[in-house]
Amino acid sequence: MAWEALWLTARLATTVTIILLIIGTPLAWWLARTRSFWRVPVGAIVAMPLVLPPTVLGFYLLIALGPNGPLGTVTQALGLGLLPFTFWGLVVASVLYSMPFVVQPIQNAIAALGDRPLEAAATLRAGPMDRFFSVVLPMARPGIVTASVLGFAHTVGEFGVVLMIGGNIPGETRVASIQIYDHVEALEYAQAGELSLIMVIFAFIVLAGLYLYQNKHPHAGMTFGPRP
Amino acid sequence: MSNIHAAFNLNFANTGTRAFSMAIDITVPGAGITAIFGPSGSGKTTLLRCIAGLYRATGTVNVNGTVWQDEGVFIPTHRRPLGYVFQDANLFSHLNVRGNLAYASKRAQSPVTASRHARILEVLGIENLLDQPATSLSGGEQQRVAIARALLINPELLLMDEPLASLDIARRQEILPYLEAMHAEFNLPVLYVSHAVDEVSRLADHVVVLEAGRVTAEGEVGELLAHLNTPLQSADDAGVIVNARITERDEKWHLIRAEFAGGAIWLTDNGEAVGTDVRIRIMARDVSLAASEHADTSILNRLPARVSGIREDPHGPTCLVQLAIGNEHLLARVTRRSVAHLNLEVGATVWVQVKSAAVAH
Repeated sequence: MAWEALWLTARLATTVTIILLIIGTPLAWWLARTRSFWRVPVGAIVAMPLVLPPTVLGFYLLIALGPNGPLGTVTQALGLGLLPFTFWGLVVASVLYSMPFVVQPIQNAIAALGDRPLEAAATLRAGPMDRFFSVVLPMARPGIVTASVLGFAHTVGEFGVVLMIGGNIPGETRVASIQIYDHVEALEYAQAGELSLIMVIFAFIVLAGLYLYQNKHPHAGMTFGPRP
Repeated sequence: MSNIHAAFNLNFANTGTRAFSMAIDITVPGAGITAIFGPSGSGKTTLLRCIAGLYRATGTVNVNGTVWQDEGVFIPTHRRPLGYVFQDANLFSHLNVRGNLAYASKRAQSPVTASRHARILEVLGIENLLDQPATSLSGGEQQRVAIARALLINPELLLMDEPLASLDIARRQEILPYLEAMHAEFNLPVLYVSHAVDEVSRLADHVVVLEAGRVTAEGEVGELLAHLNTPLQSADDAGVIVNARITERDEKWHLIRAEFAGGAIWLTDNGEAVGTDVRIRIMARDVSLAASEHADTSILNRLPARVSGIREDPHGPTCLVQLAIGNEHLLARVTRRSVAHLNLEVGATVWVQVKSAAVAH
């Protein structure tokens, strides 16, 4: 039981982290570099999960992904069926919920690079895409590592959104945090304690490892919030 | 047609603390080093950034017949065949020296030949630095790598934005010979932004003087340096450039004779072979004047000349005197009292004395 929940949690967090790196990195690049008016509203929307109760996000997702919701209509039309109470429903919810933990470190790291390396690259005949892959990504690497670790760890640690959108289906949506809650409800304190201890050790190792990495790379962009 | 034409009109009204406007229209030779000279804030760097397309301003850029920018045309920086050397090297910190150089070689439209590649590293003296991280180099080394990187792109125009300004005097002296070697060896048009007369007179063939976003003087470097009223002469280091040829060597006293149109002077022997063309710089402060020829002086070089202009220094006791010797001009900085004492006026004939030991070549 415990291993099933842990394995599901790991699968979920890995999937979410990969998706977030793919969509979060260009978004972070855009937020760090654009002078567009949309920078402010988009930045605020990305950061919203930091302050909203997870239940609020879960509630709206439940409605939107439901049979009559706008996203639900689309997924049904595409033949994907309905996402709530499935693994992929959890993935969608977690991507949104963990977004700021991935976007902001990368955004800060890119903003810290400034214009100068990009100008040098442009004078060396590197076009915009080339500059992104040959200068921005390697130079922002500490920020990207931080973002991956935080995105992964934060997905492992979520509870409210999962409960709202995923429910409690073993092997499908019952992640470790839900499993602990279940054990406690069933007064199985020994199992709850075991799983909780694993989570505590995981969290400690992840954060200690991250801080160690950041000591080596002082400009990793650990700070949160919109750039000054 | 082989020249470089750039015209820009910019207006930053009330950005920051002061408004800045630039109205520049220059046409300079499409070969050799053209210095863009002026005090800080005169718009030199802005002009260079506009030419590179790093700053998007309305204007025209035409380099040796190719339009880089015009009404309705804007070729982005990465498609302009240019090399750019920034004030502080701006190397990629995530790559080592070899990586920084390869970044350019890989992207060059027509890469330099292997032998020229090797020669560039040799001229800039960086063959031994290749495996070092860019961040571990000294400022001077970084700048040499940055220059090599810009050359490896095989540009049609090299833009250099005060490449020595961020270095201390010792490092500057270390790099200048590399720049001179680069000039001599690679036949490449260069726009060289600088506010140092010393660099301009050592490196440039042509000079554009900027002040407050306007061109105030322009011309061949020797001509411009011999003028009395350019900003080039307001500094303490006023002086002229004379193109001469070494014609004789005096082994006993370690001197060489440099002959130029209208005269010759003796210089300390620095090993130049007889027959070489040299560029010598004669500072106004090393030139003195006499009403008649004095043989009983330590000064070896005594030349008859005609006074062709006098400018009084408004803030001090000295004058800058322009002297014609044949087709060349020299400048002398003397006190107003001496001018009065010698009855110097335009047209007067005097003996010019130049200290051999002081002349740089």
